[in-house]
Amino acid sequence: MDTLEPLLAAHPFARHLSAAHLHVLVGCARNVRFDAGQFVFREGERADAFYLIRDGCIALEVATPTTTLTMMTLGAGEVLGWSWLFPPYRWKFDARAVEPTRAIALDAQCLRTKSETDHDLGYELLKQFALMVEQRLHATRLQLLNAYDANG
Amino acid sequence: MTPTAEPPATGPSAFLPRSFRVAAVHRETAETRTLELQPVDGRPAPAFVPGQFTMVYVFGVGEVPMSITGDPARDDRLVHTVRVVGAVSRAIAGLRRGAEIGIRGPFGRGWPLTEALGRDLIIVAGGVGLAPLRPVIYHVRAHRAAFGRVSVLYGARTPDELLYRRELARWRRDGAIDLQVTVDRASAGWTGLVGVPTLRLRQLTIDPARTLALTCGPEVMMRYAVRELEHCGLDAAQVHLSMERNMQCAVGLCGHCQFGPDFLCRSGPVLRADRVLPRLAIREL
Ligand SMILES: Cc1cc2nc3c(=O)[nH]c(=O)nc-3n(C[C@H](O)[C@H](O)[C@H](O)COP(=O)(O)OP(=O)(O)OC[C@H]3O[C@@H](n4cnc5c(N)ncnc54)[C@H](O)[C@@H]3O)c2cc1C
Repeated sequence: MDTLEPLLAAHPFARHLSAAHLHVLVGCARNVRFDAGQFVFREGERADAFYLIRDGCIALEVATPTTTLTMMTLGAGEVLGWSWLFPPYRWKFDARAVEPTRAIALDAQCLRTKSETDHDLGYELLKQFALMVEQRLHATRLQLLNAYDANG
Repeated sequence: MTPTAEPPATGPSAFLPRSFRVAAVHRETAETRTLELQPVDGRPAPAFVPGQFTMVYVFGVGEVPMSITGDPARDDRLVHTVRVVGAVSRAIAGLRRGAEIGIRGPFGRGWPLTEALGRDLIIVAGGVGLAPLRPVIYHVRAHRAAFGRVSVLYGARTPDELLYRRELARWRRDGAIDLQVTVDRASAGWTGLVGVPTLRLRQLTIDPARTLALTCGPEVMMRYAVRELEHCGLDAAQVHLSMERNMQCAVGLCGHCQFGPDFLCRSGPVLRADRVLPRLAIREL
């Protein structure tokens, strides 16, 4: 039977996971694809998955009454979504494919349940997401710095 | 074939400005212009190594260092991109076709292109920091087989602040190098990447043992680029950055550009990150 294991193992997110944990993740995974312009999710909807992007590009957007602002884009090798980890499990932004995009979706309910029974798995996942949040926070600070404006 | 990281120029061109005429002016952004300059004496423009700079002298206003940003294979003109920050840069950006200016140089140590032969290259540029790296891109594209994987990550604050937009679009289309252009703030109509360029480093496939990285941009960006590259397995000694702090004589005499033990005009502007990084975060330097 074909499984998603090789695809999952090839994604940078899985680099630090043990074979056993990878196997658990496969049980919660499915293959997804989005056309250019298609929404992956919208602000306020239930955060019931996160996505490991295999190729393509996803924009995180906020709609204002007059326009849509793109806060960041995510591409191959990146992870989309952490609202599934924290109550009330709702997306805080829109996510939209900018170009045809393939990803592996991981079911949130499935992972939350498995993490409650296997705290080692939960800890590994939290470490990965904490690292990602740290990187994104840092990138956001750089964006706020307006570094290109300062001389030098 | 491959220009080496030459030591500083000597001889009369180092001390006496040579007259150049502005052959063309291109508006890059609201604050930057690219000038194509031709020697008034009709002889070829000086040969240079990517990463080198000249001292651009506007008669009656002053003289400032500017990176050479043209194609190193062409000797019919010298190209500079200038961003307006003060009196001299404003005067340069305001020059019209036909105006005359003085040029000394080229000076300084350029990018380590000989060392880069056969290796993978990662180029991280921010804002006008793309100017001294553009000659590297011309060179790599002209000798594509001599290099491995080549990734260029270029960031600017907004889409309007990107340099060389048409050329970037062409380079992205033909795919000879992996070029990723990203902005901090997207405006309506921008369909490209949003975010800081350094964040994209972790998404590249990198073989640290055969990779060399070159970076130029705001010092804050360069510092984080080096840290991210280290995270990706590179040693700081494999990262080269261009230090564009101010200088005056350009021949290592006046001491204006002293940065720790280095005179940037002679040992730089391109320096290895392991040499400068410890000093970059020191506020007084
Ligand atoms: C090797 C080298 C290559 C350079 N290449 C380019 C280039 O390709 N294009 C370009 O636009 N500029 C380049 N610069 C920077 C350029 O030389 C300065 O912007 C210029 O000297 C400013 O002169 P000014 O009279 O216009 O402004 P000034 O009145 O001298 O300065 C205006 C403001 O800018 C600050 N400033 C001036 N120079 C610098 C600097 N080098 N770094 C940080 N802050 C500075 C000053 O502190 C002041 O706040 C380069 C500098 C070096 C050392």
